[in-house]
This record gives sequence, structure tokens and C-alpha cells, in this order.
Amino acid sequence: MFSGFVVSLIALPLGLGLALASEAPPISGIIAAVVGGVVVAILGGSNVTIAGPGNGLVIVLLGAITTLGEGDLYQGYLFTLAAIVVSGILMLLLGFLKMGRLADFFPASAIEGMLAAIGLGILAKQFHIMIGNNGASGSIVGLLGGIPNGIFSLFQNVETSILVAAAVGILSLLIMIFYSKIRNPYFQLIPAPMWILILSVGFSYVCTWTNVPYPMDSKFLVNIPDNVMTNLAFPDFSKILQTEFILAVFAITLIASIESLLSIKAVDKLDPQNRRSNVNRDLKALGLATSLSGLLGGLNVVTVIARSSVNVNNGATNRSANFFHAFFLVVFVLLFQEQLRKIPLAALAAILVYTGYKLATPKTFVKVAKIGKEQIVIFLVTLLTTLFTNLITGISAGILITFLIHILINKSFSLFLSHLTKPNVLLFKEQDGGNYYVSVKHFCSFLNFYRLKNNLDIIPENENVVLDFSLCSFVDHTVMDGLENYTETFAKKGGSIEIIGLDKHGADSTHPFAIRKIIPLAKLNPIERYFTKRQDLLKTTAGEFQWAYEPQKSTKTKFLRNFVFFHTRQIPYLYNSLKAEDKKIKVFDVEFTEGAFIAREVVKTTIMYVHLEAKIPVFTLDKEGLLDFLYGLAGFKNITLDNHPDFNRRFFLSGENPGEIQSVFTQDLILFLESNPYYHIESNGEALLILKKERLLSVQEIKAMIYFGKQLSQIVQDPAPVL
Amino acid sequence: MCYLSSLQIRETQTEIDPFKTILFGFAFSPSLRVNVLETTRIAYYFQAKLILFHVGEKNNEKVDIINSILREVEYNDPVEIQWQNGSPYDIILNTCTKLSIDLLILGAMQHENMLQFYVGSIARKLTRKVCCSVLLLIKPSAERVPCKNVVVNGLDAPDTPLAITNAFYVSNALGAQQLTIVEEILQKEIDVTVEDDRSLKKANLMKERLKQREESRVRKIIDEMPASLTRNIVIKTQSIFGKRGYSIGHYAEVVRADLLVMNAPVKTGILDRIFPHDIEYILSDLPTDLLIIRPQ
Repeated sequence: MFSGFVVSLIALPLGLGLALASEAPPISGIIAAVVGGVVVAILGGSNVTIAGPGNGLVIVLLGAITTLGEGDLYQGYLFTLAAIVVSGILMLLLGFLKMGRLADFFPASAIEGMLAAIGLGILAKQFHIMIGNNGASGSIVGLLGGIPNGIFSLFQNVETSILVAAAVGILSLLIMIFYSKIRNPYFQLIPAPMWILILSVGFSYVCTWTNVPYPMDSKFLVNIPDNVMTNLAFPDFSKILQTEFILAVFAITLIASIESLLSIKAVDKLDPQNRRSNVNRDLKALGLATSLSGLLGGLNVVTVIARSSVNVNNGATNRSANFFHAFFLVVFVLLFQEQLRKIPLAALAAILVYTGYKLATPKTFVKVAKIGKEQIVIFLVTLLTTLFTNLITGISAGILITFLIHILINKSFSLFLSHLTKPNVLLFKEQDGGNYYVSVKHFCSFLNFYRLKNNLDIIPENENVVLDFSLCSFVDHTVMDGLENYTETFAKKGGSIEIIGLDKHGADSTHPFAIRKIIPLAKLNPIERYFTKRQDLLKTTAGEFQWAYEPQKSTKTKFLRNFVFFHTRQIPYLYNSLKAEDKKIKVFDVEFTEGAFIAREVVKTTIMYVHLEAKIPVFTLDKEGLLDFLYGLAGFKNITLDNHPDFNRRFFLSGENPGEIQSVFTQDLILFLESNPYYHIESNGEALLILKKERLLSVQEIKAMIYFGKQLSQIVQDPAPVL
Repeated sequence: MCYLSSLQIRETQTEIDPFKTILFGFAFSPSLRVNVLETTRIAYYFQAKLILFHVGEKNNEKVDIINSILREVEYNDPVEIQWQNGSPYDIILNTCTKLSIDLLILGAMQHENMLQFYVGSIARKLTRKVCCSVLLLIKPSAERVPCKNVVVNGLDAPDTPLAITNAFYVSNALGAQQLTIVEEILQKEIDVTVEDDRSLKKANLMKERLKQREESRVRKIIDEMPASLTRNIVIKTQSIFGKRGYSIGHYAEVVRADLLVMNAPVKTGILDRIFPHDIEYILSDLPTDLLIIRPQ
């Protein structure tokens, strides 16, 4: 319920904004979120996802509203509602036909390209609104080109209304950008988009109190009907047989399904309980929700990644969070109607500009380019085609160019043609040892990855799998990328996937597998070449302790996985590690991600890892009252220690086995913890994880941490007799 | 094809003798010599009469070639050579019936290309239509290669016991140490679509049950066979859930089997090649030497 509340804080501004960006009435976004939240919470097949209006749809819906309306945006909106209803029915059908695999047929780089195009599309349009120019319209490319001009004309403008709007927009954008830089925990309790709403609405009240006329007229503010319940719009089905309408339906269905399916997959990886979503059931629920939402005048309902990952981060464990997010949205809209009308469009536009930018950062380009030359070609072809035409053409072009590139790389068309329709995967459980063995023949690319996936999906994730590509002459990037996901899921649930038989491919120059090689290696850039001051200092510190210092990135992060802290976080690599000679103690910087896609937040922190001689119970120790909701995990109980009220007040101790944990926390240890600065401490049974802050530590702090960790491990390992 | 030469192997084969007459259809190709050497060796181990059959003109030149090859043969069992003109496919088909041949041996390419796949090479056409069992050789050898592993299908079909019995006979005759019986279980028998954790668990329980069922069925077939056939061979069973007919071929390739023994297909037409199933997968992409057992 708490997580549902936090999500609704984000869903409110995003719902309004996404609807506005699609040129639909702002309330339609909220309707979609409410209907989606209720229906998907009741009927859906996933656990911690949040449903609502999605940013991928903005471009499609915008296109549909403008083309179907032929100049009359409101009429276009009504026609589009009909298209949304029909596409909901199509999605329902897809669900019944078990087409949850649909998203598997798209090359990874083409999807990246499509997402970037969507991001640019949102950015292009909203940037103009953000700087107070509501009238801008045209193609995405035209709008992008118009940005410098827009900024320039802002300085020649004298109309206060526009200037104030622009100021609000730019301030809001700054809040979005610098929100993650501010590490104040109380400030972080409210998400950035909500801060923007609170501040901008607050601003209007300040104006009222000081009797200054509000400097923006209503065309710069959100328009919400006086009575939401009675002013619902209803779809107009009169264009149902026209080509434009049918095209719109297809585009909406395709993008909605892809966005939802990708999001569900991504959210599954964040689920602290590692459950697997029933995608077909989710598709059905989303389809139904979309149709209902369309009938009530709302936008499409899709599974959204950003809100879902916020949901997970706030401790959601089941679908009720989705329901409560809808509930709180209704409460907000009914209680704060007056306040919502004071939200400046520019503020919402700023939120969207930031979201759009997140989809198409220069980093995305670099990331794709690192995978290989051919991937950036696929990415750019998809991106540019989408920008100049539309999403359907764009993604088709992406698929086509990927296939052509594969043919060129292999210099063989028949490899694909003659083996495309044949099965190519063998799976069996080995009699001796009980490993699952999977062998893939011929080729494995986005075209037939679903066969391999079908087989991997039926293996329980706590088993060990040997995946053999030695009979396979071509493996593409989409497959390697997808397999990486599987490997992570298996590792999380206690199993493993080991890929064998690809070594030969790398060496074979006639089959260049840059695709294969680069995924793991691109992350291993030689950082040791450019030593920073901190690294120099770390080296000196290592010398003082007579420890070894290794600046290189290492992807061996597996040993961190069974700490509770990393249950919902993905750790690509660690670096700058200081190791004691006996390797029992390690201190290193680690980079991990929270969320994915839009909400993706890369966090770097410094961690101390102490391997213990003896086994101790699993526990986490944190500052009381601050992060406790983070650890509302299954089986974890809050533990209080008898006769130590001060400790209980200051620290939050939790774990599965209170009895054993209490025996570890001796008088000595409690005194030690009470008299030392606060650290976050976790035990996974055989090792301690100590971290101070969610950022990298300075060398000073590292020294302090090492001192603290050494003493702590001594006290934990040989509990001295109680005094 | 491959063997372990030991004399006592011949002594064990008293109970059954499925291959009395073997027909080898040969053409004057570069691989003629190894093919003839291989087939005479097989005939020797199977204690069968070998008929070399050529569709085409008989002339002195050709007779000289074939005779010179036969002089190299180390086994002195009598070999009959027949010549006949006409269309290879029809003539071999008829001869097999007329001479009541038990086993037809044909040389084959390992991979069919697209055109061959849909139009059909003669070897594969014969395999589908002929009245007797067929052995397709993809890697004949002039020298003896020891044979280790034979794979046979364990489908739940009326012909399966015969195929398994023959596989044991062949393993004994060729001195293979290990015979793997592969039970291919149709995905649809599981009856559960894996969509989430619960259905995954259910599907795996179901699989375990099906596996037990299949293994006990295969066990029963083995138990009913004479002990002299099964005594000297390590028997393994392996259940595979996957596309029927495809999985076993891929499995044979993965475990590097020396011979794959299969039931004969029930009936096939051009439609089966457009929508391939069962044996068509294996014929289009032969993993190893293939013996198709057809009840007479």
C-alpha cells in the first residue's frame, strides 16, 4: 500500500503529461492509470508491475489523433478512443493465442532504436511547450530543428505569460536533472515529478496570498473538466472501416504489446521474490483494461517500467500495490481538482522532456556502438526511419536491415532460408549429474530465438544448464543479450547457465562474432590507463596495509548476489578493489543499477566484504526507521534485543532466525556498534557486507571503514566472554 | 560403418537373423571403392548374402573396375553382381520385392540442399518407398572404424520392439558397447503450458511421471528380448521432450553416435516435406549412418 502511494505520486504527473503529449485531454491519462491499476491488479499475471499510460504510445497516439481528426483534435481523440477499444480487443486475443512471445521477434538494437526515436519524439514536442511555446507542431524532425529557434525567440519575447511559463519549465527540468544528485533522504521520500507539481502549484498560492495576479493565463495551465465523473468522453466508432483507422489500431496494438512485454520481462528481473510473470494472462488483463479505458475516454493501458521499478524499490510484493496506486489517483483527482488546474503545462512538459531524453541519451548511442558496428547501423536505421516516417515502418526497417546484415556477415542466404522453419534446439536432462543440456544447431538469431527461449523457459531456474553452441554457426546480438538475462535470472534463483562451444567462433575470421565478444568485454575498458587522484590514493592505501590493489573492472560479482541488499539490484561489475593478502577482506567500488529503461539509475558505491571463518546467521542491520520498508522481505522479522532499548531505538535489525541472531549480538558487539559511526551491515551466513553510503567513498572514509570492518569481524568471529 | 572384430560376436547371433539378403545399389562414383569395401564388411558381419546391383549398361570397362575392387575385399564370402537398364528408382524398388531383399544399403550425402529436399534424391526417395529395411551410409570407410555407440528410437509405436531388437542385433554384430534408447515424448503430452512458476512446477512433475512411464515401457521391451542379445551391451535410456523425429537426430549428433536406428515412417508424401515431421528431419540432415527398420 505504501508503495502504491509512492507510485501514484509519480503516476499523477506522468498520466497528465503523457495525455497532454498525445494531444488528448489530460484526464484521459489518469483514467488509463486508474482502469489499468484496478483491472490488471485483479486479473493480471504479474506480481509487481504497474499498469497505466505508457510513453511509448505517445507518438502513436499523437499520430492517430492528428491523422484521424484531420485538424479537429477533439474529434480525433474520439476516433482514437475507438481505435484504443479495438486494439484492446486485439491484445486480449493475443493473450488468448498465447502470443506473449511477440516481443521476442524483434532485434534488440532495433528496439533500442525505436525507443530512442520515441524519446526524441517526446522531447521534440515537449521542449517547445516547456519554454512556453504551446503552438509548435509539425514533424518530429521539424520540431527538433526548431528547438534552437525556439530558445532564441524566447529572449525576444516580452509577454510575461510566456516568460513565466518558460521559467517554470526550465526550473522543473533542473529539478528532474538534479533530483538524483541530492542525497537527502527526506527530500528523496517524494519523487521528483511530485516535487515539481507541489512547487508549481504552491507558487500559484503564493501569488494569491500576496495578491499578485497569477502571471499565467489558463492556456498555459492544465485543463480538467469541472466534474470528472460526468464529463467522460465516449469513443466514436464511425471511422472503423477506414484504412487510417485500421493502421492506427495495428500501430497501437503493436507498440502497446511490445512495450508491455518488454516491461514485464524487465520488472521480473527486479522482483525480490524472483517470481515469473504469466505474460499471456497479463496481456489479456491489459487488453481488457485498454478496452474499458477507451470506452471511458482513457488512453491505452500498458505495463510501465519506470513506475514498476519505483514500486519494487518501495517494497511492493504483490499486485495490491497496483490497485492502491489506482485508488490514490482517484483520491487525488477528486480531492485536489482545484489544485490540479493550477499545474502549468510547462512543468509537465519538463517532466516529459526529461523522460524523453532518458530514452535517447548519447550514452545509449555509445552503448549500442560498443556492441559492434553493425548494431549501430541497425540502431540508426530504425531511429531515422521512425523519425522520418512512423513507428511501424521504422521497426520493420530495423528488422529488415538486421536480417540483411546477418546475411552479409554469413555470406549465406540459404543458411537462414533452409533452416528457418526447422527446429534447431535439443534439450534433455543428462542422466548422470542431472544437468540440463541444451544444444543449438545451424544458426540462432532473433528469427528463431523463440525456439531456444521455449526450451529455456521450461527449465526450473534453480537447475544447472549447459548451453552448447558448438553445432551452431551463427549467434547474433539479440540472442547473446537475451541469454545474458537468462543467466542472471538463473544465477539469482540458485541455478546457472554455462555457455560452451562459442570459443571457436571468436577465432574464426570468416564468421566475425564481434556481436558475441563485445557484450561481456565492452564493459572491461582499461580504466587503469587513466588513474585519477582517488585511484592513486587507493594505491598508496593499499601499500600501507600491504594489500593488493586492482583497478581493473571485474565482472565477477556473483559472490554479492546472496546478500539481501542485492536481491533487487543488478551488479554489472566491480572495480578499484583492495584485497588483503589472504583474500578474506576485500574493499571495492561497485556499480549497480536500479530499475531499467527509463528509470534506470546507475548507482556506484564502495563496499567492504569480509569473509568469515565461522558461519553466522543471516541478518541485516540498518538505521532504525529510515530504510526499514526496503527490507519488508519475505521471512524477515524485525528483531529486538532484550535489555538494549538504546540499541533497539537506533538500529533496525532483521533476519529470519531471531534466536540465533540474538546470540550473535553479544554485549561487546552491541557496545561496539553503539559507539561507532553508523554503517549498513549485512550477513549472508558466511560473509559480512559493509557499506556506508550509496555513493563512492573517499579514501579517508575507506580507511575508516576498513578499520571498522576489521574490528567488527573480530568481535563477530570470536565473541569474548561477556563482561 | 564400424566394427569390432572378434569372432565370438558371430557366435552370439543364433537367436535371430533379420538380414539374410543385402542389396547394395552402386553407381560409378568416386566413392564406389569405399562403399563396396564397407558393404562387403557389413554383409560378412551380418552373415548375409550380398548382391551388388547396378542400374545401367554392363560393359567390360565397368566390370573390370568392380572386379578390381572386389579383389581388395578381405572377406571371401561370395558376392553376386547384377546389371539392369532403366530408371534407377523403379528398378531397385522392383528388385527388392522380386529378390525378397532384407536390407537395402545406399550411399547418401549428409545434407540435402533445398532442391533435393523438396524434389528428393534417389536415395531418399527409395528410403521412403522401398519394401525392406534401409541402411544409409554417410561416412563409409575403407578401413575398419570401431563402433561404440548405437542410438535407437523408443517411440510408443507398434514397430518399436522390432526396431529395438534389430538395434541389439546390429550392436552385437558390429561389436558396439553401448546402446542408447531414446524416448521422444511429445510436448503436447505434458498438457501444461509453462507460463509462470506454478505451471512450470506442474509441467516438471508431469514430465517426471511421463519419463517413468516411458522408461518402464522400454524396460519391458528389453526384458522380453533373449538375454543373449542384451547381455554384452551397456543399455542406456534417455527421455527427450521435444519435436518428435527431430530431437533424436540432434541427440545422435550431440553424443556422436555411430549408428542411428529408426522405425520406418508410416507414410510420406510431398506435404510431409513441406511440413516436415518425424523421419523427414533426419533424412534432410543425416546426423550419422542411419538404419531404418521396416517390418516385412
